[in-house]
Amino acid sequence: MSNVTTKLKGIQQWYDGSVSWKDNTINIKNKTYNVDELPLDVPLNGTVYGALLNDKGMYDKFEPSMNQDPYKAPPKAPVLYIKPANTIIGSKTEIPLPSHVSQLQMGAALAVVMGEQATKVKEQDAFDYIKGYTIVNDVSIPHESVYRPAIKEKARDGFCPVGPWVVDRDCIDNPNDLNIQVYVNGQLKQENNTNNLIRDIGKLIADVTSFMTLYAGDALLVGISDEAPLAEEGDTVTITIPGVGTLENSIQKEELALGGTT
Amino acid sequence: MKHARVVYKGTMYHAFEKNGSVQLNDGRLVNEHDVEWLPPLTPRTVFTLGLNYEDHAKELSFNSSPREPLVFLKGPNTFTGHFGQAYRPEDVTFMHYECELAVVIGGTARNIDKKDAYQYVAGYTVANDYVIRDYLENYYRPNLCAKNRDSLTPLGPWFVDAEDIEDPMHLPLRTYINGELKQEGNTCDMILGVPELIEYLSSFMTLNTGDIILTGTPKGSVDTNVGDEVVTEVEGVGRLVSTIIGDEAFVK
Repeated sequence: MSNVTTKLKGIQQWYDGSVSWKDNTINIKNKTYNVDELPLDVPLNGTVYGALLNDKGMYDKFEPSMNQDPYKAPPKAPVLYIKPANTIIGSKTEIPLPSHVSQLQMGAALAVVMGEQATKVKEQDAFDYIKGYTIVNDVSIPHESVYRPAIKEKARDGFCPVGPWVVDRDCIDNPNDLNIQVYVNGQLKQENNTNNLIRDIGKLIADVTSFMTLYAGDALLVGISDEAPLAEEGDTVTITIPGVGTLENSIQKEELALGGTT
Repeated sequence: MKHARVVYKGTMYHAFEKNGSVQLNDGRLVNEHDVEWLPPLTPRTVFTLGLNYEDHAKELSFNSSPREPLVFLKGPNTFTGHFGQAYRPEDVTFMHYECELAVVIGGTARNIDKKDAYQYVAGYTVANDYVIRDYLENYYRPNLCAKNRDSLTPLGPWFVDAEDIEDPMHLPLRTYINGELKQEGNTCDMILGVPELIEYLSSFMTLNTGDIILTGTPKGSVDTNVGDEVVTEVEGVGRLVSTIIGDEAFVK
């Protein structure tokens, strides 16, 4: 059993619940529901930040070019980006596929959700500021360069599925050793682990909050792999982190997806 | 009309400009120094343009303006209001202001043609997009460590309704340090103007009410020091004051 905070579609208040992994059920207000039958909404209300080049695989891929133009030197501070409000969708909501591309990259990430305003936090105190964890699919249009902010590739509508809920911090023994699996149409496409982080969660929160405040409700994606799988129209993408949950979204043409444009 | 968000005696108010004073929405007239000025709206998605004035791009020794507009995003942590304090760490050698016209979006905007773009502008305010150049790195440049630091994006004092600004593409911009004019430009020199920016951004994502676009800065960026009073002014929109503070303000 794990304690979670959920947001349900159509209801403004948030509910605490407890999840039974064995039965795939969730108990809210002493009533038990099948997880797949519950209309889960986005379990976040803050800003979503991501840390680039914080996965060893991703870092190793770029390392040979780090001393060349345009990068000139390896990064010192955490390389951060923002997934703005228009990108955020919940589990089981469609990811819009822009008309000019055929494939999207599925950047599976553990997201740390903050519980307290965190400024200049010491590494050893970092976990005191964490409310819990959720899963994010940091969707991108595939791109090679990380020299300029990838707004056009990462900030499109629906490019940040989040969910299914926030698992309480204390229900996760070691967030720096969590397995992340990505399935496309039920087929395992990628397996990674948060023990591949360059800055682990405590160090990342300390280094980020040394110059910018994270607020309660903000989320920090701790790193995505360079081997993020590709998916295309009609595919269903499932990201599973044992003890955190499963985030599932399918890909739909932009003009047909919920919230898409005509 | 000019709107602000202020705190007066422990309560937050929507306020208006009235004959050079601040009028709270309950009717009281108060002195601008007797209120705490918040950013005039709660920042949601905030875009910032880099290198959007040809002369500033040259000043930073970029040979030509970028083919693709250079856009980056800011988080809510970085914003402060009028008369706020901007923190310069003691190891820094070059921290400069950037006086910018900020455009506030009104409405849901997707795939907007530039000829219709002004229908989606709610109004304008003034930004000072400070940067600490020491912390610039070449990954997602300009990186958040240089551009999204706590307290380094003053915004305000006023949010000015769009209908009160006759031509947003012809507004003089000026920055003063301790009263001395240091930066001077005009929004007419933007590479991508307000309509083009709305057309560009809305071509690949949805803009929504309350989103803000900081439109870039002209040439004339010089270093600032602890104790300096920095005023960024966009004529007709506002005059935004901030003061630089250093490490001595913090208990270690």
